[in-house]
Amino acid sequence: MKAAISLFAKYLSISVRSQMQYRGSFVLYASGQFFTTGVEVLGIWALFDRFGTLGVWTLAHVAIFYGSVNMAFAVADTFSKGFDSFGSTMVKTGDFDRILLRPRSTAFQIAGQDFPLHRVGRFLQGALVFVYGAIVLDLDWTAIQLCMLLLAFVGMFFFFYGLMIFQATLSFWSTESLEVMNVFVYGGVEACQYPLAIYRDWFRTFFTYVIPLGCVAYFPIVGVLGVEDPLGSSLIIQFLAPFAGIVFFGLSLVCWNFGVRHYASTGS
Amino acid sequence: MTVLALKSYIAVVSTRFRTLLQYRTAAIAGIVTQVFWGLMRLMVFGAFYEVAQDQPPMSFEAVVVYVWLGQCLFALFPYNVDPDMRAMFNSGSVAYDLLRPLSLYGFWFSRTVAFRTAPTALRVVPGLFFAFVVLRLVGLDEWVMPPPASVIAALAFLLSIVFTIALSASILMLVNISLFWLIDSRGMVNLTAGIVWVLGGMIIPLPLFPDWAQPFLAWQPFRGLCDIPFRIYSGDISGIHVIGELAFQFVWIVLLFLAGIWLMRKAQMKLTVQGG
Repeated sequence: MKAAISLFAKYLSISVRSQMQYRGSFVLYASGQFFTTGVEVLGIWALFDRFGTLGVWTLAHVAIFYGSVNMAFAVADTFSKGFDSFGSTMVKTGDFDRILLRPRSTAFQIAGQDFPLHRVGRFLQGALVFVYGAIVLDLDWTAIQLCMLLLAFVGMFFFFYGLMIFQATLSFWSTESLEVMNVFVYGGVEACQYPLAIYRDWFRTFFTYVIPLGCVAYFPIVGVLGVEDPLGSSLIIQFLAPFAGIVFFGLSLVCWNFGVRHYASTGS
Repeated sequence: MTVLALKSYIAVVSTRFRTLLQYRTAAIAGIVTQVFWGLMRLMVFGAFYEVAQDQPPMSFEAVVVYVWLGQCLFALFPYNVDPDMRAMFNSGSVAYDLLRPLSLYGFWFSRTVAFRTAPTALRVVPGLFFAFVVLRLVGLDEWVMPPPASVIAALAFLLSIVFTIALSASILMLVNISLFWLIDSRGMVNLTAGIVWVLGGMIIPLPLFPDWAQPFLAWQPFRGLCDIPFRIYSGDISGIHVIGELAFQFVWIVLLFLAGIWLMRKAQMKLTVQGG
């Protein structure tokens, strides 16, 4: 275990050092991310300016949803880059053969491939929006609420990580990275910027029971906000829901291992 | 411009168009994403419209048109640059293009038109089929794309979309030409994409922005990309205003076109090609 952690730290430090060779490029990239992922905020702000509220939700409420999902996704996205680009960089080229020869688990090695730090741009804009919401709402940070927020972040991190692993697993069969999964990844982030309660039943059901996005990005955040849930969830559910993200992650690893056993090299 | 030169520009568009039509899988993945996005955006706008206190400046039906046309036609908008073009600047093979017996601006403009229209051609039919037919079949009637407001609106919309393509290509040409100075285009492209999404109306329909911002929004060229054609289609812009808006698009095309030609001339003066 200790050896694994120190190896992972080594992977991380190599990636960070190589990116810091091009500081100017990193700054440009990160600010580009900040800007392009941040333009959504303008739209949300303008809609609230025009319509006042969204039923029970105010701009500050939405800011908390928006900020937390963007921060959590930015972190998961940074650490799962190896899986994200797996199809095109590993399967198509046949480079996965080399991974199979090494005395570490495949998932571990893929996770350590790359850590694109410029995603910090998305994280920062999410954090700013989150802080705005927290100040306006004047949230009282009791132990329960802090704990709930932590659970939400952990749940979202594992959920998005799991999605990336599923996407990578598909490429054992399709060879290329399948962009169809982007619907769930980026579509999911987009959807969770607003409270899940505003969407239609079928959409909500899908994103709660099939893809457990709502479990990690909606219910615990409602708990953090301390408002009454229009969907009627209790505090217990809000506490337990984020664990669905960890289960989802576990399932993705099972599928991954199944995929690895079915891997046929492209040769060359 | 002689007939011969015009013919060669058309040939450039058509060759490039056919090359780009090869990317069909990407288009299928794209259309799934676009449909999903469209539904999600309609749910968000719908939720706001349900609780609206005052009459919003735009009917929900016009918003539906705005969203679906945006999802079907977004590939027309200048949010990225042709990767082949970018590679040309890095490798120095831009030198070959300078040798061709065509105006460089005209040649690249034609390529850019193909780069914008080919992916759109692949997406627009399945996208509209979903918006017009599938939604009705599954009973989501309030999100079904309505037909154009009138025959005149339909014709004006088609003309306006032609202008959109020209406007998009002229904006993109300015970005392309900036590569003569920048080499690394990513910052510039990110910036352009952000501006196009917000000021064109792809994030939210422009009339929904605060009233105090409207005078500014009305004069910037990017609304010629989506806001004008989409609102002509839905009848949100009608009567004599249609002619004014079409003229607005046209004037911006001419201005940006001239700016591009002027910049191109300046760029060619200072150009040094790296390597061989």
